[in-house]
Amino acid sequence: MTRLLAIGLFAIFAFQVAAVAAPEKLSNPALEARAVALQKQFRCLVCQGESLDESNAPLAADLRRLIRERIAAGDTDDDVRRYLVARYGQFILMKPPVEGATYLLWFAPLLAVIIGAGLVTAVAYRARRRLLEEPAEPQT
Amino acid sequence: MTGEIGLLSLSLALALALVQSLAGLAGARGNGARAAAVASGAAMGLLVFVGLAFASLIFGFVTSDFSILDVAQNSHTAKPLLYKITGAWGNHEGSMVLWVFVLSLYSGFIAFAQRGGTRLTSAALGVQGLLAAAFLLFILLTSNPFVRLDPPPFEGAGLNPLLQDPGLAFHPPVLYAGYVGLSAAFAYAAAGLVTGEADARWARAARPFMLIAWIALTLGITGGSWWAYYTLGWGGFWFWDPVENASLMPWLVATALLHSALATERTGAFRTWTLLLAILGFSLSLVGTFLVRSGVLTSVHAFANDPERGFFILMMLIAAIGGALVLFAWRAPKLESGSAFHPVSREMALLLNNLLLVSAAATVFVGTLYPLALDALTGKKISVGPPYFAITFAPIFIALLLLVPFGPRLAWRRGDLKSAVRSLAPAFGAALIAAVTALAIAVPRNVAGAGAFGLAAWLIASSIVDAVRRNRERAFGWTAAASAFAHAGLGVTLMGLAGTLVWKSEASDVLAPGQTMPIAGYELRLRDVADVNGPNYFAKRAEIDVWRGGRRIATLAPEKRSYPAEGQAVGKTAIRTTGFSDLYVALGDERERGRWVVRAYVNPLAPFIWLGGGIMALGGLASLLGRLGIRFKKSVAYAAAE
Repeated sequence: MTRLLAIGLFAIFAFQVAAVAAPEKLSNPALEARAVALQKQFRCLVCQGESLDESNAPLAADLRRLIRERIAAGDTDDDVRRYLVARYGQFILMKPPVEGATYLLWFAPLLAVIIGAGLVTAVAYRARRRLLEEPAEPQT
Repeated sequence: MTGEIGLLSLSLALALALVQSLAGLAGARGNGARAAAVASGAAMGLLVFVGLAFASLIFGFVTSDFSILDVAQNSHTAKPLLYKITGAWGNHEGSMVLWVFVLSLYSGFIAFAQRGGTRLTSAALGVQGLLAAAFLLFILLTSNPFVRLDPPPFEGAGLNPLLQDPGLAFHPPVLYAGYVGLSAAFAYAAAGLVTGEADARWARAARPFMLIAWIALTLGITGGSWWAYYTLGWGGFWFWDPVENASLMPWLVATALLHSALATERTGAFRTWTLLLAILGFSLSLVGTFLVRSGVLTSVHAFANDPERGFFILMMLIAAIGGALVLFAWRAPKLESGSAFHPVSREMALLLNNLLLVSAAATVFVGTLYPLALDALTGKKISVGPPYFAITFAPIFIALLLLVPFGPRLAWRRGDLKSAVRSLAPAFGAALIAAVTALAIAVPRNVAGAGAFGLAAWLIASSIVDAVRRNRERAFGWTAAASAFAHAGLGVTLMGLAGTLVWKSEASDVLAPGQTMPIAGYELRLRDVADVNGPNYFAKRAEIDVWRGGRRIATLAPEKRSYPAEGQAVGKTAIRTTGFSDLYVALGDERERGRWVVRAYVNPLAPFIWLGGGIMALGGLASLLGRLGIRFKKSVAYAAAE
């Protein structure tokens, strides 16, 4: 039994080594799917607005490989994210975190709609009052 | 010699622009008819001389006159003629000449059409003259395209290969026609403020310029997105890249402007708001120019950047926007006329349209500039990518699309919500059927995608309903056609977006000749990769057979091109489209022993994205034809009903 377990462990280990050796595409479809999903969340650092998934730049290819290495080494998605942010800063995240420096960024659209809705309400209110104050509408 | 003619023309154009601005503003006074005539003449002269400068530059590029620095840096003898011509504006200096050329075309149009009377036209020409003078000064001081080079080099440095594409060749002129077209709306807004004539007549005078700008922006954005799709090699068509956002913001504001101006045209309602939107629209065009030209961004659009130029543009930006806003704050309060309407009315629908469109534009603005501002203020670098816009922009826009069908069905002043809802019942039914069908048929099942299909059907069906109803009421003319086309186009684009974003399949593999790769029911077999040579590039061309159901249905030939003069490589994708679905194949790098990376995508309904943009532009064209007084079929009878 222990021997079977050892062989099993060895097989898993061997698989991981193989994955690290040729990490362009992980042979385990579930892990590969995670890698593909992850590489869409990070930006190519040397491109204009492209994600790692979309970029043809060599650096992006290196980072795609790096993501697969981390996944093959057993990292969770969050581990990979933390690892890349630690190395390259928040700049690499396509979706900026919601925190002190980005509250304005995240809430500005809502603010615009609320302020705009207030203005529209005020205009509509006055327009309605004017309509009611007018002499009766001629029948057309 | 041509270089000197060009430079001299630019200098004369600057003088004429100054004459145009002074005479134009003088002609805005009540008794300034003679000054106004001078301004019109100067506008025509401006067009002639800027045209001459532009022609000289193109001549330099076509004849590969490498004694002109700009030509030497951006052209090459081996380039095909088309790209020699378009290369004239594929660089900073040339693109600024194009900018001023388009501006002088609009000035010429304003002077020729004399819309809205002498005073308004004259003041508008004055403002346009100021803009032309500022940009000509900018060209002459910081971006002279006719600088000579001695001794001239034997060969030029070539043009960025990404720009050597028929689609992109005409992208800048079209987009500039949009950006700069908003300057005409801006000029009319300033003219309305100066003369105090910003009423319904003003809105009717300015509308054709707004429409031309909007049509051009729509086509420019659509074309740029299509170009990105077939060029960049991974099937994406919109990146939320700052340079793209720079074109989207003016489009959103121009769309709001067109709608607000509808109310102004009719009764003079919302006149100050319409003026403000006209100012905002062009301001965002200038912001876009600043973003692209100043070096705060780097991208394929940015060519050579230079902080000094950025500073100059920033100063122009502040002068133009600040000046217009001060003018607005000073004069607009005198114009306000309270309009009267019920909360259920066409006016209210237009207000909501504007609320959502302007909020959407504000979202794009914040998302684009926030990283720059944060970096400048705190040194903290963040990226704002597609996920941000999916969370913020998309809900605002979806709310807008849900409400769109109600607008045309509501009467002015006081509408009838019940009858509007009743008339839209068939559209609602169509939306339900579309959503349920998508949920039942499309694999994998996706609720958001089905919802998008429902929304698209809602837009398209309601446009048809509106057109049919108005036809029955004998009120179907250009205006009704415009709204039906523009709103249906939105639905068509939305279908394309849903199909591509939700149901796209992708596959990539390293293939040796003879090996296959499956994708979405197709089997791709790499037959061979061969060398082919173009006029100014070497390429590797893959032959990939497409099999389906045991039959070979097509052969696709994606390429990887290297341009030796420019020292760059670009991919050339191969797309097989049925009109309803694209099979998209790109050739990647070569790996060991003749094995190649091949990437493939199946993008259902992708062509609809750009088809929808074209349909929207047709809507704009219909509105334009109406305003220019072109007769709609039997329009005499309809005119009264409209």
